[in-house]
Amino acid sequence: MDWNLVLENSLKGFIGINAVYFAVAALGLNVQFGYTGLLNFGQAGFMACGAYGLGMTSKYFGISMWWGIPLGILFSVALGLLMGIPTLRLRADYLAIVTIASAEIIRLIVRSVKFKTYFGGSDGINGFSDEFRKLGNSFGIEESAQYGFWPFRFTGRELWTLVVGWIVVALLGFLVYKLMKSPWGRVLKAIREDEDAVKSLGKNVFSYKMQSLILGGVIGTISGMIFALDRASVQPDNYSRDVTFYILTALVLGGVAKVSGSIIGPMIFWGLFTFMDNFLRQVAKDPINIGNLTIMNSTQVGQFNYMLIGLTLILLMVYRPQGVFGNRQEMAFDGR
Amino acid sequence: MGAERELSSTAIAARAALSGVAREPGASKADPILSASGVRRDFGGITAVDVERVEVQRGSITALIGPNGAGKTTLFNLLTGFDTANSGVWTFDGRSMEKIASHRTAAMGMVRTFQLTKSLTKLSVIENMRLGATDQKGEKWWNGLFSGIWKSQEASNTERADALLERFKLSHMRDEYAGSLSGGQRKLLEMARALMTNPTLVMLDEPMAGVNPALKQSLNEHIRGLRDEGMTVLFVEHDMDMVHDISDWVIVMAEGRVIAEGTPDDISKNPAVIDAYLGAHQGRSLMEEEA
Repeated sequence: MDWNLVLENSLKGFIGINAVYFAVAALGLNVQFGYTGLLNFGQAGFMACGAYGLGMTSKYFGISMWWGIPLGILFSVALGLLMGIPTLRLRADYLAIVTIASAEIIRLIVRSVKFKTYFGGSDGINGFSDEFRKLGNSFGIEESAQYGFWPFRFTGRELWTLVVGWIVVALLGFLVYKLMKSPWGRVLKAIREDEDAVKSLGKNVFSYKMQSLILGGVIGTISGMIFALDRASVQPDNYSRDVTFYILTALVLGGVAKVSGSIIGPMIFWGLFTFMDNFLRQVAKDPINIGNLTIMNSTQVGQFNYMLIGLTLILLMVYRPQGVFGNRQEMAFDGR
Repeated sequence: MGAERELSSTAIAARAALSGVAREPGASKADPILSASGVRRDFGGITAVDVERVEVQRGSITALIGPNGAGKTTLFNLLTGFDTANSGVWTFDGRSMEKIASHRTAAMGMVRTFQLTKSLTKLSVIENMRLGATDQKGEKWWNGLFSGIWKSQEASNTERADALLERFKLSHMRDEYAGSLSGGQRKLLEMARALMTNPTLVMLDEPMAGVNPALKQSLNEHIRGLRDEGMTVLFVEHDMDMVHDISDWVIVMAEGRVIAEGTPDDISKNPAVIDAYLGAHQGRSLMEEEA
């Protein structure tokens, strides 16, 4: 067993790009779900908006990749309006249904053969991120050079995305923190508790819910952009339902309605995930047998790991529903 | 105990203004702050509210009573935009209100509370109070980021909130979660929070429900205090002692209609009201019924 490798990979997973894009998406989800109580199960759809916004600039519109940022944001604002207008006046469950369906519709449209010229079908869009890489070079980060020290050794390519990613996480975290400390954030939290009370005090609840949905969606869009830039490709199946639910899991793990929770939750999630994956792969290098029965071989590690995620979430909900950073006292009022 | 109380000058003024009003359903008042006519709400085949005419005198404490299912809360919901009427027109302070969304009524000076208290349990008491203030600059998201824009307004709102908490004897709970308050304290908080909107008409839906007797007295005082500060109070209540104790005028509803109006003393003697509460057969023999 190569403990050194297991440890190195796990620590890298802890701060790696997966943690980054999860953290950004979780911040957005936290605005909607944690602070406003909106059940958005379609965060992947917002992420796809950002990714395809970036991808389509060079491949379809033939303009600079940087235009993809406003374009992606525009897409997600439109998506937020489209989902919010019919559902935000209704009960929370309707939004959940509509968002989960919308995200799937988006994924199926972008992977369809019919629209292959625009979205590239199931192959997606590749090779649009040169300008992003060049910017990294101009800061003196060589793409193929090695940087860092054990265990945090990265290629220049990884390092550049990580640096940009963590700066974005910090900026957005600060933004959400400031907003939630403001009277605006207070209205959102009040809506989470009781819409009618907020209405009776003269606040336009529908408008606030829409603002929250769109803000969270735009943050989710930025997460999609980071992911796309890291992979230098946009694949429709990276934006399926399970992504939303893993992000939700990571958010709950960290603690809802806490900025720190939405950043550290994804770090723990990916740290643990990478650790279990690496550890089990080492264990199951040779198939594990009891007598003649094979318990697990290396190809089953992935599935087993996802089962463990489910189990972790169940245990978390039972023993620590407020997450790592959540406030137990706040949770205690839920039942009343 | 109501009789021995010394009336405040506003109470005397309110009762004087109402003394000439006819004791009949839909009576016109000298200076109505709220007047409604033809308000109707059907739920399927059931008519919950069918009010031909009702007016509320400015500066008075008006009680809205009636047996369960009389449509009092539904009428509240309609007037404040929480429900949509099938027909009817009503004005508040001279402005037509039928098409006004619920959140805009508060900005116009008409604020309500709820039968089941709506304390925002995961917000602290003081945050509950601050939320009540209207026209907050910091409630626009683009201003939220720049605390310089809203800090001073927030400070003055907090000052006002603290004064109200002091008055409602909730100061010691200021920084606790509203969820940790008792039922009665939540009623007080909801009323105090409503006052943060600087209303001219306060509509209280069963302010006494679930409140212990000791607290009832102080709630009565608070409601009288509102009138003495120039606000108009309209409240739904089942507690007859309280109605008798503090109201200047009583409106009685039954089966969706206004069936009687008058001073508390008139109402307690009104046979139509007794019928509505106890049934029309009360006090009559079966022989009379047949005759």
